[in-house]
Amino acid sequence: MNICVCVKRVPAPGARINITDDGQAVDTAFLGFTVSPHEECAVEQAVQLVEKHGGEVTVLTLGPAEAEEQLRTALSVGATKAVLVPIAEGDWDPQRTADAIASVIGEIESASQPFDLVLFGNESADSCGYQVGIRAALKLGRPIVNGAKGLDVEGTTAIVRRESDAGQDIYKLPMPAAVGVKEGINLPRYPTMKGRLASKKVEVQRKESSANAGGLKMVTLQRPPERVSNTQILGTGPEAAAAVVDLLEELGVFK
Amino acid sequence: MSVLAVIEHDRGTITSASLGVLTAGRSLAKQMGTQLEAVTIGANADALSAVAAAHGATVTHQAHHAALVDFGPEAWGESLAQVIRATNPQVVIGTGTERGHEIIAQAAARLDLPAAMNCTEFDESFTGAGALRVVRTRWGGSLMEQAEVDAPIKLVTLANHVVEPSESPVAGSTTTHDVTLDASVLHSFVVDRVERVAGVTLATSPVVVSGGRGVGSAEAFAPLEELAGLLGGVVGCSRAVTNNGWRNHTDQVGQTGTRIAPDIYIACGISGAIQHWVGAMASKNILAINTDKEANIVTKAGYAVIGDLHKVVPAISAEIRRRRGQ
Ligand SMILES: Cc1cc2nc3c(=O)[nH]c(=O)nc-3n(C[C@H](O)[C@H](O)[C@H](O)COP(=O)(O)OP(=O)(O)OC[C@H]3O[C@@H](n4cnc5c(N)ncnc54)[C@H](O)[C@@H]3O)c2cc1C
Ligand SMILES: Nc1ncnc2c1ncn2[C@@H]1O[C@H](COP(=O)(O)O)[C@@H](O)[C@H]1O
Repeated sequence: MNICVCVKRVPAPGARINITDDGQAVDTAFLGFTVSPHEECAVEQAVQLVEKHGGEVTVLTLGPAEAEEQLRTALSVGATKAVLVPIAEGDWDPQRTADAIASVIGEIESASQPFDLVLFGNESADSCGYQVGIRAALKLGRPIVNGAKGLDVEGTTAIVRRESDAGQDIYKLPMPAAVGVKEGINLPRYPTMKGRLASKKVEVQRKESSANAGGLKMVTLQRPPERVSNTQILGTGPEAAAAVVDLLEELGVFK
Repeated sequence: MSVLAVIEHDRGTITSASLGVLTAGRSLAKQMGTQLEAVTIGANADALSAVAAAHGATVTHQAHHAALVDFGPEAWGESLAQVIRATNPQVVIGTGTERGHEIIAQAAARLDLPAAMNCTEFDESFTGAGALRVVRTRWGGSLMEQAEVDAPIKLVTLANHVVEPSESPVAGSTTTHDVTLDASVLHSFVVDRVERVAGVTLATSPVVVSGGRGVGSAEAFAPLEELAGLLGGVVGCSRAVTNNGWRNHTDQVGQTGTRIAPDIYIACGISGAIQHWVGAMASKNILAINTDKEANIVTKAGYAVIGDLHKVVPAISAEIRRRRGQ
């Protein structure tokens, strides 16, 4: 099994998201960075599949040079190759991102061997575009299903389990295939000390890619209207129980 | 020239999100001076043209193919792409759901057109010429983006629960489109289904008692289970909890978990990070139980108790029992 997982470096905001004065970006001055939980789970799923079936996991990101940090995190939990597609400041639109990712994956495949699976997150944490994986998979001529809450491999078939309003739906994709993974598919492991050390030894490959801008243009970011609350403190400690139950009665929740 | 509403359905049953899409499409068509049309995918959805007409769609395009019996993202996306090519709409609106995003993204990829997902507003002065200005959600709704969809055909999805569905009946007609689907799109279909057991779910429960890192362990959720049980509700949790393996991800509230809108959300030992808050903010009432009176959830909630959840939660349950004479 050869698996490629695409992850995106995003800021990790805490209580609120602040925007830069020009409205063009999230103010990351005091923020750490991470990847979407969906993508963390995609990495974990790839590592588990390789542990079961053999092979190796490559992680790929399109982003600033600093995105090497997110690649190293994936390497520390079991990926063994990492590819950075460097871009200058800012964010690429979904069409452009997908074009670049697909062409780099194509390049890697023609130099070595095809990936049996290319995994994406269901949606990125920041832009939530729900499309980069689908566009890239089409360019690579692979079937793709999003929303995977289960992913197994039997022979040359990828079996995807997914939730719908009606229940759990099963899809069977002939490999090579692509899958968009959702958090909950597994419980990602934490990096071990050994893993961290091993990740430092891997050389991150850099692959330049040029792709044309697509038709979705960000004009400005804005914060949604904030809920202003005059919090009513019902009390301190267990003595507040009576006031809480009064409230539950008032709201008609407790009859 | 039209606004095309994409009807999402499951084996012929329309989803509620589709009604919002028809309603939003109708107002957009009106401001553009054009008509609302709809598209259904699969012959098992033909009857939905009546619902489309009731919501103002003058024509329903019915995509037919023997393989279109169940949902398949690629077959649906390709079918939609072919209907778009045949009818040349100015705007195409899909549902802001997992399947809705997928259908629109598939069609957009096949037509090499941009797509803007989870739109909450469309420029009210848009008449059909030039780019379409939209507001869409990022970060699962914690941040908004003004964006321009610059393409001859604008593909968008409507964020869920943004538009209240309303009817506006017209005498609608139907057109059949026999689509061509080659082998490459016939792979990804639902091939089997395990039906869900009916019952209260996290998404629909009127009461949710949720625990965060402050709960401390899987076992320590027992008092939360008890309180939820007394109130006829269910237990939820934060990502810190699922990450620690204390509870299943199906209980997680937030950006990458479940969006909830209960009558009351009781958040115990949860700090209220923005990715958690976005999943809980639609709750009608929020009660935070936290040792830290400065915690984000405390400052945002309508009600709070400052204290140790391990003492406060059992005391609430005891008080409920006392009043019930148990
Ligand atoms: C892209 C992305 C998506 C995410 N999606 C989600 C999501 O869907 N859902 C989600 O929940 N998180 C999500 N997160 C994680 C989120 O940022 C927070 O890390 C997480 O919500 C924190 O969980 P918590 O509040 O339980 O823990 P903490 O932030 O550690 O808070 C613990 C709280 O418990 C209180 N406390 C401690 N002991 C007690 C006690 N004895 N009694 C009462 N109070 C006590 C503390 O004062 C504190 O406020 C996401 C993060 C990212 C980057
Ligand atoms: N810059 C990027 N680098 C690598 N993968 C990406 C990038 N942007 C998006 N992706 C992948 O595509 C998925 C969907 O992204 P999006 O369409 O932005 O919601 C993400 O979960 C990632 O797996």
